[in-house]
Amino acid sequence: MLELVCPAGTPASLHAAVESGADAVYCGLRDATNARNFPGLNFSPDELAASVEFAHARGAKVLLAVNTFATAGHTAPWTGAVDTAAACGADAIVAADLTVLDHAANRHPQLRLHLSVQAAAGTPEAIVFYAERFGVKRVVLPRILSIPEIAALAKEIPVEIEAFAFGGLCVMTEGRCDLSSYVTGRSPNLSGVCSPSECVSYSSEAGQRSAKLSGLTIDRSAAGQPVGYPTICKGRFVDKGEASHIFEDPVSLNTIDVLPDLIRAGVSALKIEGRQRGKAYVQQVTREFRTAIDAVLAGQRTGTADTLAALTEGHRSTTGAYRKTWR
Amino acid sequence: MALTSTSIELTLGPLYYNWPAGRLADFYARIADEAPVERVHLGEIVCGKRSPLTIDAVVAAAERLERGGKTVVWSGLISPVNKRERRMTRDLMQGDGLVEINDFGALKDRQDRPFVAGPFLNVYNEAALALLASMGCRRWCPRVELSLDAISAIAAGNPGVEVELFAFGRLPLAHSGRCYHARQNGLTKDSCQYVCEKDPDGAGVETLDGIPFLAYNGVQTLSHALHVSPFSSAALRRSGVSALRLSPHSGDMVAIAQTWRGFLDGRSDLDALLAAIRDEMPGFDLVSGYLAGKAGREWSGVIQPAT
Repeated sequence: MLELVCPAGTPASLHAAVESGADAVYCGLRDATNARNFPGLNFSPDELAASVEFAHARGAKVLLAVNTFATAGHTAPWTGAVDTAAACGADAIVAADLTVLDHAANRHPQLRLHLSVQAAAGTPEAIVFYAERFGVKRVVLPRILSIPEIAALAKEIPVEIEAFAFGGLCVMTEGRCDLSSYVTGRSPNLSGVCSPSECVSYSSEAGQRSAKLSGLTIDRSAAGQPVGYPTICKGRFVDKGEASHIFEDPVSLNTIDVLPDLIRAGVSALKIEGRQRGKAYVQQVTREFRTAIDAVLAGQRTGTADTLAALTEGHRSTTGAYRKTWR
Repeated sequence: MALTSTSIELTLGPLYYNWPAGRLADFYARIADEAPVERVHLGEIVCGKRSPLTIDAVVAAAERLERGGKTVVWSGLISPVNKRERRMTRDLMQGDGLVEINDFGALKDRQDRPFVAGPFLNVYNEAALALLASMGCRRWCPRVELSLDAISAIAAGNPGVEVELFAFGRLPLAHSGRCYHARQNGLTKDSCQYVCEKDPDGAGVETLDGIPFLAYNGVQTLSHALHVSPFSSAALRRSGVSALRLSPHSGDMVAIAQTWRGFLDGRSDLDALLAAIRDEMPGFDLVSGYLAGKAGREWSGVIQPAT
């Protein structure tokens, strides 16, 4: 069984994902307890309950992301989110914080636990720790492992592996990146956001267009050329007098071309990134991956990465760490 | 001035950068003889490829430091990536020395014996630290992005755990599977030729407008600026902090530690501390925003950027 796990920022996107062939959909509550804490996004507890009912009626699962770290002195929203997931009949929660995992394991032993990528668990030892301590059943792997490394890992751990298949790509280990808070005061771990939109500004000077984050220029392009969203790790900076994308080019992950290898490596679930994206995006990516997965499982060839190119950041895609080109 | 039992201790943190064996030996010999620090962390935490180059010098440094009356703590890798690095971590955790854990995978091999929780563990609230305390955590160095208010709240819930605040150095901001020293030199991680050795404080990076911004050190990304905790001993004690961690950089760390000792003991003021740091580390801005709950690159009211 290979599960296609798709993102939903709204109930409408959840419906679209289920109807387009998602086996499971993940979403978050409308607060800082999840890592896409963006204005206008996410679910109320009532919307979550209705969405679970909708998905279950069509044979799909709903996973609730409670994947940020509870704030010091104010942990109640996080433990409350776990209680809400259990009350709404969610099929699992996706969590990283020891406090959240501990609360779920103690209070809701029947609730399935998935270890979020924000936990940065990339070794058998780390994954086994979470499995033994909290009964975690699945790990979402950090996007820094190659396919041979994933295959070796799969043989050493007692839990399912979920791997990122498409969408935004963190070049830094997730859960171990403070670049956003260094510039804006807000980060994935502290506030569920990265390079938040309220800190973004664009300006034009001397025929060039600049993308800034809290006033710092992160990228710049000639007039008429598109300038990307100022995510720090995808920006252009100057090293010894030369400007370049030092950390990562503005590209997205697309694994369509390596799908058979990923499946052979022992991956149980493929995750599509993008709860912040619209319903049309979710629908299209879900359909493409449903078709591709069904083809691979039937022993047929998949399409090429080109079919999804229009949906990737800057229309450019990469297989990230999976092909070992970082080595 | 005699140290009282409530003095804020000083710890020299693990070295992030790739210094050659000879430089390491000289550095720790001077620390052993002259630096007013109670603890010294040893061990490679950034890149496991570097360890074989310096392991002999580091083991010799440990003996020298202990003869000098320092407590040696062995720091574990932030992210072990292969069998050899996993074995390194396991051997460290199973040993009898004092250890610092920087990856939750190391907990299993420590088997509830005492450890320091390092600043790369995601501990953001009092319940998470309490859980670690139940597994043997005796001292905690918080994530650098936590504010002093948050640290204070977490400390208040865990009176049995000592708190060691990251107080001086480039801020370790991110960790990756990709090596930027290799990438910027047209190499790959496996064929890196250890080019990171050329940059004893990491390699600085500017924005397109020429503003000093970040620094890379192999797979690690740091702030360009130096983070400096501006708080007096009394303020630190009120927040539950009992030690400060100074991160080794290329300036004279003995002089920096001595100036810090004087500041904590009330023999010199903050301006003198900042002036001494600027003398030893020219060309670096000073920041402290994280501790005030702001962006890390800002400075709180008392700290000004370099002019």
